[in-house]
Amino acid sequence: MGQKLKVVETEKTKEDGNWFYSDVVKDHFFNPRNFLKDKNAVKDYDGYGDVGNVLCGDRMDMWIKVDKKTDKIIECKWLTWGCASAIASTSMLSEMITENSGMKIDDSLKIKPIDIIKRLGNLPKIKYHCSVLGDQALRTAIYDYFKRSKQHNRIKEGVQ
Amino acid sequence: MERIYMDYAATTYVDPEVKKEIDSYFTERFGNPGSFNYFGLEAKNAVNDARNRIAKILNADSDEVIFTGSGTESINLAIKGVARALKTKGNHIITQKTEHHAVIDTCKYLESNEGFEVTYLNVDKYGLINLDELKKVINKRTILISIMHANNEIGTVQPIKEIVKIAKKNNVIFHTDACQAAGYLELDVKRLGVDMMTINGSKLYAPKGIGLLYLKKGVPIEPILHGGGQEFGLRSGTENVPGIIGLAKAIEISERIKKTECKRLSKLRDMLINGLQGKIKNVMLNGHTKTRLPNNANLSFLGVEGESLLLHLNEEGICAATGSACTSRNLEASHVLLATGLKTEAAHGSIRFTLGRKTKEEDIKKVIRVMPKMVETLRMLSPIHVD
Repeated sequence: MGQKLKVVETEKTKEDGNWFYSDVVKDHFFNPRNFLKDKNAVKDYDGYGDVGNVLCGDRMDMWIKVDKKTDKIIECKWLTWGCASAIASTSMLSEMITENSGMKIDDSLKIKPIDIIKRLGNLPKIKYHCSVLGDQALRTAIYDYFKRSKQHNRIKEGVQ
Repeated sequence: MERIYMDYAATTYVDPEVKKEIDSYFTERFGNPGSFNYFGLEAKNAVNDARNRIAKILNADSDEVIFTGSGTESINLAIKGVARALKTKGNHIITQKTEHHAVIDTCKYLESNEGFEVTYLNVDKYGLINLDELKKVINKRTILISIMHANNEIGTVQPIKEIVKIAKKNNVIFHTDACQAAGYLELDVKRLGVDMMTINGSKLYAPKGIGLLYLKKGVPIEPILHGGGQEFGLRSGTENVPGIIGLAKAIEISERIKKTECKRLSKLRDMLINGLQGKIKNVMLNGHTKTRLPNNANLSFLGVEGESLLLHLNEEGICAATGSACTSRNLEASHVLLATGLKTEAAHGSIRFTLGRKTKEEDIKKVIRVMPKMVETLRMLSPIHVD
């Protein structure tokens, strides 16, 4: 749209991160991938997890479908209430998990917020903790899947 | 794409007439009003002339007009200056919960560092203080009351004249932050009855970096800046000559067109509020329906987060503001909206549109046209149900 403003950095903004979003973040925000379009379809999924609450300003719900033979996550749907980085980071996570015919559950449990942030081409640093909650929602959804599929031995207690 | 600016409460552009009047004071007439030479006298005359013109509009004496560097500075001078000057008389200050941070944080500073006690009055769901509560909390140690004329976020207008009556009856000095009120409401300090009033150029189509404090004669005050003794010893520092002249011109213009602008903007504001509430479900108006600034529309779009909505608006060329935590430096939702009893979720979903001189009916129509889709998109992504 029209002329685009370039972000001017100072030592301070390089350290703290500035308020503006990368093109990748904007792309995922304006064109979110894999969000749950049909809210009646939740019963078709193998695991569900949520994280955050509206008081903090962010909340995410996540649903996964697992291929039992390969132990891969083949579908990851989500809904997010929050700022642009919350929406974009959930969208990016869902893409990371399901690309290339899906990610092994054990590998997806290893995803950290910083992995998502890197794929987003960075985020304002102030947003790191409050808006990148997708990995927690995913872990909750995977543990829910373990419970439903009676794989209790795979649940690591106390892991947040 | 033409950009639509709806953030006039943040700042205004400089009126071309103002700019024209001050241009030569940057380059040719650049003297220091304190210099004893031709250039100094030229600058001093210009500053005095500006002071006289502003005093006339405020219905004050010219030595009751103190120029400062911003609204924030005027507020700091008014509150710290009077509190410190009267600390032997009392240590109690009264303000209210929806004040600008310039007032609240100054009061908090005096509380934690200088032994003052501050009462922050509650507001109702419209953002209005309760006069009975004010009467109740005034005590023998109360030395200062500071209540804003109109709120910067929700536009609620406080009953200043009523508040002044209570302050006078109790012999307490009264300051009002009129930064947002200045272009739209009463500026006559005699009719308002205030002892101190803050005005800021950057909200009034004057340049940024200029503010003023109306200070009634006889009000005890101490400076917060020390140095060359400019501004009757109350604000040391070389005068911002172009800013001062610009502020005078800007106040004259805004007084001249106040009536017609108020009428025009109120109509556009109502069109915007009604249009959005008519087209989109679950949209709440924040602030008062009647007692509000003509240029302020603050709405909460339930189930949606404000920063996300702001980004969508920005992409359509519409520039507004939000009370959501996600754009604040401390990641806290607007203290103003929370003070009115709004739920955190609704505060996060608030958008503030503030209109101004360049706002046209087409701009309002465009916002009403493009917003339903944005809200629908974000609600589709949201796990929160508002129906």
